[in-house]
Amino acid sequence: MNNLPDKVIILGSSALKIGEAGEFDYSGSQAIKALKEEGVNTILMNPNIATIQTSDHLADQVYFLPVTPYFVEQVIQKEKPDGILLGFGGQTALNCGLELEKSGVLARYGVRVLGTPVDAILNTEDRNLFIAKLNQINVKTARSFAVTGVTEAIQKAGEIGFPVMIRIAFALGGLGSGLCRNEQEVRELAQKALSYTNQILIEEYLLGWKEVEYEIVRDQYDNCLSVCNMENFDPMGIHTGESIVVAPSQTLSNSEYHKLREIAIRTVRHMGIIGECNIQYALDPYSEDYRVIEINARLSRSSALASKATGYPLAHVAAKLALGYSLTEVANSITKVTKASFEPALDYLVVKIPRWDLKKFKQVSKRIGSGMKSVGEIMAIGRKFEEALQKGLRMLEIGASGLVLNKQFGVADIKKELAEPTDQRIFAIPAAIKAGLTVDEIHDLTHIDKWFLFKIKNIVDIEKWLSRVGEQRCPKDLLEDAKQHGFSDEQISRVLETTEAQVRELRQAYGLTPKVKQIDTLAAEYPAQTNYLYLTYNGTEDDLGFLERNSVMVLGGGAYRIGSSVEFDWCCVNSVMALKELNYQTIMVNYNPETVSTDYDECDKLYFDELSYETVLDIYEKEKPIGVIVSMGGQIPNNLALKLDKAGVKLLGTSARSIDNAEDRHKFSKLLDELGIDQPEWKELSSVQDAIQFARDVGYPVLVRPSYVLSGAAMSVASTNAELEKFLTKASDISSDYPVVISKFIENAKEIEIDAVAQEGELLVYAISEHVENAGVHSGDATMVLPPQRTYLETTRRIKKIARQLARALKINGPFNMQFVAKGNAVKVIELNLRASRSFPFVSKIFKVNFIDIATRVIMGHHVPKIDRSVFDLEYVGVKAPQFSFTRLIGADPTLGVEMASTGEVGCLGDDFEEAFLKALLSVGYKLPVKNILLSTGPIESKAEFLHSTRLLEKMGMNFYATGGTAKFMQANDLPVTKLNWPLSNKEPNVNDYLENGKIDLVINIPKNYQEEELTNDYIIRRKAVDFAIPLFTNLQLARRFVEAISHKSIKDLQIKSWKEHV
Amino acid sequence: MEAKKIKARLELEDGSVFQGYSFGAQTSVAGEVVFNTSMVGYPESLTDPSYYGQILVLTYPLIGNYGVPESHIVDGLDDCFESSRVQITGLIVSEYSFDYQHWSAGKSLAQWLIEHKVPGLYGIDTRMLTKRLREEGSMLGRLLFFTEKKNFYDPNKINLVERVSIRQPIDYGTGDKKVILVDCGAKDNIIRCLLQRDVRVRRVPWNYDFTHEEFDGVMISNGPGDPKMCRDTVALVQKVMDREKPIFGICMGNQILALAAGADTFKLKFGHRSQNQPCVEVGTKRCYITSQNHGYAVDGRTLPEGWEPWFVNANDGTNEGIRHTSQPFRSVQFHPEAAPGPVDTAILFDDFKRMML
Repeated sequence: MNNLPDKVIILGSSALKIGEAGEFDYSGSQAIKALKEEGVNTILMNPNIATIQTSDHLADQVYFLPVTPYFVEQVIQKEKPDGILLGFGGQTALNCGLELEKSGVLARYGVRVLGTPVDAILNTEDRNLFIAKLNQINVKTARSFAVTGVTEAIQKAGEIGFPVMIRIAFALGGLGSGLCRNEQEVRELAQKALSYTNQILIEEYLLGWKEVEYEIVRDQYDNCLSVCNMENFDPMGIHTGESIVVAPSQTLSNSEYHKLREIAIRTVRHMGIIGECNIQYALDPYSEDYRVIEINARLSRSSALASKATGYPLAHVAAKLALGYSLTEVANSITKVTKASFEPALDYLVVKIPRWDLKKFKQVSKRIGSGMKSVGEIMAIGRKFEEALQKGLRMLEIGASGLVLNKQFGVADIKKELAEPTDQRIFAIPAAIKAGLTVDEIHDLTHIDKWFLFKIKNIVDIEKWLSRVGEQRCPKDLLEDAKQHGFSDEQISRVLETTEAQVRELRQAYGLTPKVKQIDTLAAEYPAQTNYLYLTYNGTEDDLGFLERNSVMVLGGGAYRIGSSVEFDWCCVNSVMALKELNYQTIMVNYNPETVSTDYDECDKLYFDELSYETVLDIYEKEKPIGVIVSMGGQIPNNLALKLDKAGVKLLGTSARSIDNAEDRHKFSKLLDELGIDQPEWKELSSVQDAIQFARDVGYPVLVRPSYVLSGAAMSVASTNAELEKFLTKASDISSDYPVVISKFIENAKEIEIDAVAQEGELLVYAISEHVENAGVHSGDATMVLPPQRTYLETTRRIKKIARQLARALKINGPFNMQFVAKGNAVKVIELNLRASRSFPFVSKIFKVNFIDIATRVIMGHHVPKIDRSVFDLEYVGVKAPQFSFTRLIGADPTLGVEMASTGEVGCLGDDFEEAFLKALLSVGYKLPVKNILLSTGPIESKAEFLHSTRLLEKMGMNFYATGGTAKFMQANDLPVTKLNWPLSNKEPNVNDYLENGKIDLVINIPKNYQEEELTNDYIIRRKAVDFAIPLFTNLQLARRFVEAISHKSIKDLQIKSWKEHV
Repeated sequence: MEAKKIKARLELEDGSVFQGYSFGAQTSVAGEVVFNTSMVGYPESLTDPSYYGQILVLTYPLIGNYGVPESHIVDGLDDCFESSRVQITGLIVSEYSFDYQHWSAGKSLAQWLIEHKVPGLYGIDTRMLTKRLREEGSMLGRLLFFTEKKNFYDPNKINLVERVSIRQPIDYGTGDKKVILVDCGAKDNIIRCLLQRDVRVRRVPWNYDFTHEEFDGVMISNGPGDPKMCRDTVALVQKVMDREKPIFGICMGNQILALAAGADTFKLKFGHRSQNQPCVEVGTKRCYITSQNHGYAVDGRTLPEGWEPWFVNANDGTNEGIRHTSQPFRSVQFHPEAAPGPVDTAILFDDFKRMML
């Protein structure tokens, strides 16, 4: 290939956030691999330290630095690349690249944009240019006006006629978009939207139209094809990221399918896109009329889904096309016999379902609509829609047994839920059918195509037949029908009033077992060496034999959700790599389309299927592996350990009994008592009375939590009897199988973590990190520092000792993580997880010692060479900071608590704490320099604690604004401050005006107590800060460290050093 | 439960048996079993005369979702179909969608099959069946109900074109250019594509001697079975070449033109039947995604002097089109008229029209 670049810089998407999640780890990793195959030197910029793409075996140089124009320019200046890829890091990378182009940086350093040219990207991103461009080729777009002011917005909305949609140009995942029914709603939304951007769109509202997407690839020779089309189950009005999506489309005729395909290809050619592109349509359900909604000239969430749905390696191919190859020259790496220039034919269908975590947020609206709120997604594969849908609902791990026969998801007002959807609308449809609503009535309320509703009715019908079985044995035909329609054994056991084990037994007696089918991109037309598999009951033959006798199964992490995300995918992928190195055949089970672990080239066999007891056992019985690793994928596999063990599955690593002893709060506490290890006082609850008595004995605040949870689901700190009662109810909703535990909450203590690997009970490697925030902030939301900077040596010594004791007592053989609270030198254990934790990639990459590689060798009983202690003696510091997505979560109170709220994280390196800390904060959206600060520093103790910081800020020449109490406190301490009135006071000068009009650069707002869920002035200030994209601190310790850091360092002092240069 | 399911089975000549349930006419039939990997377009495929005599297996597992469109006669043609009847002998699917939904639907697929006396089976592992056909090659099969018996029957042993072609010439349109369409089992969309380009069409039977009539160009259509059965058509094409008028062949038309040129054809192991066949234009890096339905192919190595391969299949390297190096004679193995399938190569109709100017 001529004209290949020598060195290419790839921009990543930074921390995972709502609208921009793991899909870009997949696409970036594929791009790096594609470039390396061509011998191109690769430079990756991405502070997301938990990703696979930032592993040392991929890019030649990795920079854990903010993906902002300033830092990218610095890296370009240093590395002198001759090419840049903008299409593999989501909207973050694209927007950053466009700014660099606009400011002339790329031209100045001679960096060529590979793939789609910048002017083509601009034509897709700028709404007016976009419409004009499509008009040239007679392609219809929704009636739309780009406006720059609120008055103009109202006027154009009037021209189109209400209702109208407001959308933001240059936005990811429909940020700030929404439906406006009247002038007032236009005014409110337009004002808010115009704070992020200077252009918004007022658009025709296509209520009830079908929403269809195509993924198109094009090379520079004008070859252009459609890799996949997808249809939204939820029609227009609900963002595609919030919709259930099927691929391929199910309700389109040949003429519709190919008409839209042809328009897509015509459009992509006209735009001049090279590489990958996504095009979204609205299609009239009563004619072939259509509108193009938008085009994304980059890899996207949909393209990741399309890639996993079809087996077509979109990101890999897009990278090759960006280098100048033609589609006819790129091999189809799935079949190995055909080329990339073909369109996949599916002989199955996939269903994608979003995963929401709205319960984690205080005050958030549960309504779903044109903005994204979901934090992850699953993809289920089947040969019937019903099969895939029910699998998918279980994969969400929200407690659903399928579409029907659930304990939860009762819908109070069915019609309202159908018409005004929340995250639980899907469950309202079977409820509506049972309540006697017809398919027509449901269609009228939801606009969901009746074909989908008929399918849902089939599921309801089967439930009905099953419920009529009564005392007798379920007949084979009916059981088979149920299995073919995606009913799980457990789900069937509920209606038959028997046990899951009995259903399994009956099913096997009838000879009903799922069949393994391959995804081969060509519907079996050509033989394919594919390892990409799923299970179905709609088949009579396995596609392949199960002859390997040296295989190991690794259970993946499932949907990304708060608390379990790309970190566990990193662990799974690294574990698989280690297994391969040890010459085992690897079998991965996972169903998250955003992951690298579900890539075609990571493992020997990939089962894109459920991580349930039933499915894992089915696969295990077919594959007969050496054993199963449950410690890499986070809490889902961890929770299966005991049950799988009882069913005779060989678990590799720490024993199931030990896992249970750590997870079961009761057993764990008993163990700690026996070993004489201190822990916060606790009690397992039998009644609310007991709980209140306990709280009275130990004193408030107390912590309430169920066993076997991750990321603090339903974990709460109660300060009063009333709060305690409320939280207890919530906790028992989440997990009724496991007991609820209440413990003393220790205030003003430090939180410290250890990530470690033990071999046969002996501690092998460990990393101790401290949190910047005091205990009480969930460890996933905390800012972590490695090595600890402010922890006494004696404390770390004690922690190490406890870790040793527990490793021995539980005969730990693999990865584990423990959390402690420390006050003075007193150390108390909060929890122990006998699995890899969220921080394993962080500590592994900071130390440059791969904990998962070691853990995997340990688990497999291989010798691990002694680690040289000196590698733990660091000359630098790593800081991990959380990324929040509050902007997306309308109404959510952006405060921190014991329940995790962050959606992602970054990890940065520095020669000292402050350097790493500032890089990390700048990576998650904080901005420098700061001039105007709004202070509201909470209770008097924290006001006093922050006084020193305020004085530092004064010396730096900051302007202070403060509300009532804080202003008074500052004046009393001789600090100059402008007093602003509370938002609810309606008095001028009002905090609201200052926040809305860009007069504040930073808000420091320390809440007064742990969990008040009221609409207070403080809440309004925090929310405004989030809505107007103003950096916000709500944690005192974090704010203080920030002030210290900026008093010593400016952005210019942050060194541009690659990972390799640091370690 | 659902209304009583009627069992039926598919037997292949290798002895394998596939049990399923009936959703079409309850008639035992025999034919050649072939598979198609398209994800949309069953009304178009089922009415494609090239499927005459074949039991069609659809690999996409959900069939019937959007029913069958209510067809209207436009320009003398059913506007939603490729001919006026269901041409296949039998249909095999994984899931038949009993409930259908589409604004254009007039009836269910089941009802349509019953009206045309064509049986349909669902509940079959069509992937397993397809793999068998891929490995063993297209096989004879019979679709049997109850205790009925039926002998295997090889449709390729007879002249299928004779069965599907018209009896008398039919004229369509009023365009300024006139094309003779040699109907070997022509899909209606070929006619529509010509009419849309302001071309008059005189559709003639497969063995009709049109060589002395007035025309601006000749289109040789697609059709079922072995092209070597169409000796008469091949002879007519050889004769008409002397007039040096543009000739364009589609699918079987490609094979007939090749035979007329003196090249050879052969039977593919399991044929190309899908909407995703990549065809590279020889000598370029351009690749087109095409719709295909054929069991026979031109042996590109046998092309005589004066002829050259025009397109080749990017997957298996088979010939996908030929052209004369100096005369306006060319043909493609794929279906530029699509229906069903991608419309990317519709430009070839424009080229054909241009050749007539």
